[in-house]
Amino acid sequence: MPNIGSYEERLKNFSWSIAESELGYEPGKGLNVGWHCSDRICLMGKGDKIALFWEGLGGIEKRFTYHDVRRASNTIGHFLHGLGIQAEDRVCLFMDKVPELYLGTLGILKIGAIGQPLFSAFGDESLFVRLENAQTKAVITQRKHAPKIRKILDKLPFLEHIIIVDHDGKAPLQKKEVVFSLDKADPVEHLDIHPTEAESPSLLHYTSGTTGLPKGVKHVHYSLISQYLTAKWVHDLRDDDIYWCTADPGWVTGTSYGIIAPWSLGVSQGVLDGGFSAEAWYKFIEKHKITVWYSAPTAIRSLMKAGEEIVRKHDLSSLRLLASVGEPLNSEAVLWSEKVFGKAFLDTYFQTETGSIMITNFPGMKIKPGSMGKPFPGITATILDPKTYEPYAETGKIGLIGIRPGWPAMMRTYWNNEETYRKKFQNGWYMTGDRASLDKEGYFWFVGRDDDIINTGGHLVSPFEVESVLLEHPAIAESAVVAKPDPINMEVVKAFVALKAGFKPSADLDLEIMNFIRKKLSPLAMPQEIEFVDSLPKTRSGKIMRRILKAKEWGEEIGDTSTLEND
Amino acid sequence: MADDLKDSILKYVTAEYLEEGADPIGYDTPLISGGIVDSFSMVSLKRFLENKCKISIPDEDASPEAFDSVNKIADLVLRFTRA
Repeated sequence: MPNIGSYEERLKNFSWSIAESELGYEPGKGLNVGWHCSDRICLMGKGDKIALFWEGLGGIEKRFTYHDVRRASNTIGHFLHGLGIQAEDRVCLFMDKVPELYLGTLGILKIGAIGQPLFSAFGDESLFVRLENAQTKAVITQRKHAPKIRKILDKLPFLEHIIIVDHDGKAPLQKKEVVFSLDKADPVEHLDIHPTEAESPSLLHYTSGTTGLPKGVKHVHYSLISQYLTAKWVHDLRDDDIYWCTADPGWVTGTSYGIIAPWSLGVSQGVLDGGFSAEAWYKFIEKHKITVWYSAPTAIRSLMKAGEEIVRKHDLSSLRLLASVGEPLNSEAVLWSEKVFGKAFLDTYFQTETGSIMITNFPGMKIKPGSMGKPFPGITATILDPKTYEPYAETGKIGLIGIRPGWPAMMRTYWNNEETYRKKFQNGWYMTGDRASLDKEGYFWFVGRDDDIINTGGHLVSPFEVESVLLEHPAIAESAVVAKPDPINMEVVKAFVALKAGFKPSADLDLEIMNFIRKKLSPLAMPQEIEFVDSLPKTRSGKIMRRILKAKEWGEEIGDTSTLEND
Repeated sequence: MADDLKDSILKYVTAEYLEEGADPIGYDTPLISGGIVDSFSMVSLKRFLENKCKISIPDEDASPEAFDSVNKIADLVLRFTRA
């Protein structure tokens, strides 16, 4: 019987106090995610249980018990204190999926500072924007990523410490750099946990929007409540599970469901540091007898592309539950996983802003391949009329997904951007920015974004951000960036570029521009295709009509062109 | 010719995908599974190879496995150069 039991029964008498009680949290008393994910598990007698088994490049393996996690996070927290990091200071984690990323997150939370995990593939410009916005005081990083920080250091007066976790002594440390080694530091057995409360800030996750700069989504310690319960009821995590979340903690999934949820449940989890490889992934599952696997549609489609023969070479019989997140899981992938793994991937839906799963498929529930599933108990979700922001009375109509505010992991604001935060609420509903429909049985069906944001491989990329950087290239006069359909990544970035006088389109320039964006922003933001044009479609007032370019890419009707500037 | 090709691939990957001060890579260093070149960046590497070697690599052949080391990339390029 799944942990959730009967979904219908849960809906009848649901309260978040179920999770509060299981976590030993009393409303009004202190709450600290770092403590709940380590110390509390040790106090429950599970200190010697494996919390993390990690595999890195070159076959290096490390194992950490919950006692190890407790001590390591204490040690990191203590080190940060020693540098002068105080409660609510922002500490960025800018690392590959190494143990220090996971342990450091808890250490930061334990001292009441605010963790700011950032994807380690971000270029210096993407990094600058996020560190500048948060006025980050310290960055915990690896020596290979330190050069990106050095490039922008002079523009970040608030940044006081660059903490290198793998310094090898070969090159001298540079301005503001200090060394921390988990292996060499004296372990701290006891750390005074900062008296954080439910509404104390915990994490800042950065997310891209269509316009403007990336926004820092502020989460609080109380997010633990819904992160814990959703993992228990959706992923069905139990004491003897071996869990693997493939998401990088630079993204909300990798933190909510790659650190906080599994460790708050006292479950053992694995982390594989490295890029995608079907062989390596199946080997990891087989070797560690993974039972619950949480991944993303892009990875699943890549596994489909790798074929079934490679699956047959590995014993994957340990797998008992598969789940997916980041973008809608197409029905083909659901049917494929049923055929190949004997069970369907459960599609789950949430956002950086929501902090925990909102609409989902559940173990034991009838799955409709291609459907998002149903709202998690305690979540009121509906489809709103875009004109009135009122729920549609009838099912089957496409509208905007709205969610009643107030669940535990709901963002509390956008950092220094309260105005944009307030615009996310209309008529008493949190607006996800996604369009969907609802069928008669209460299943949600994703249609698309309501804005121009690009979802590539499950990650949001802002066309505005890419266009802005394109204009920094000496050859480019104008640019427009849209989503282009892709069989693996769902969407990829495509750039339309008009060149300045004196520059001509060429294969070399095409590659140069791709690399320019890749290095300044990130590989995700890199246009996978560049089309050189003489001019971009504009309105008479000079606004670029991205909609027309996008419609052509998707084979859709171009729509009203009455405002289009005549050639 | 094959050695020249490998060297130019190695040089390009080192210049474009490795940060300054990073450990040097060899012909067999795992590039994709090793996290040096991610699946999105693979497109730019494919474009480089196509431009440099005046070939066209079909998408279905541009797999993470085929791009996972300098040696494997060179084998892929030679396959389409001879074709």
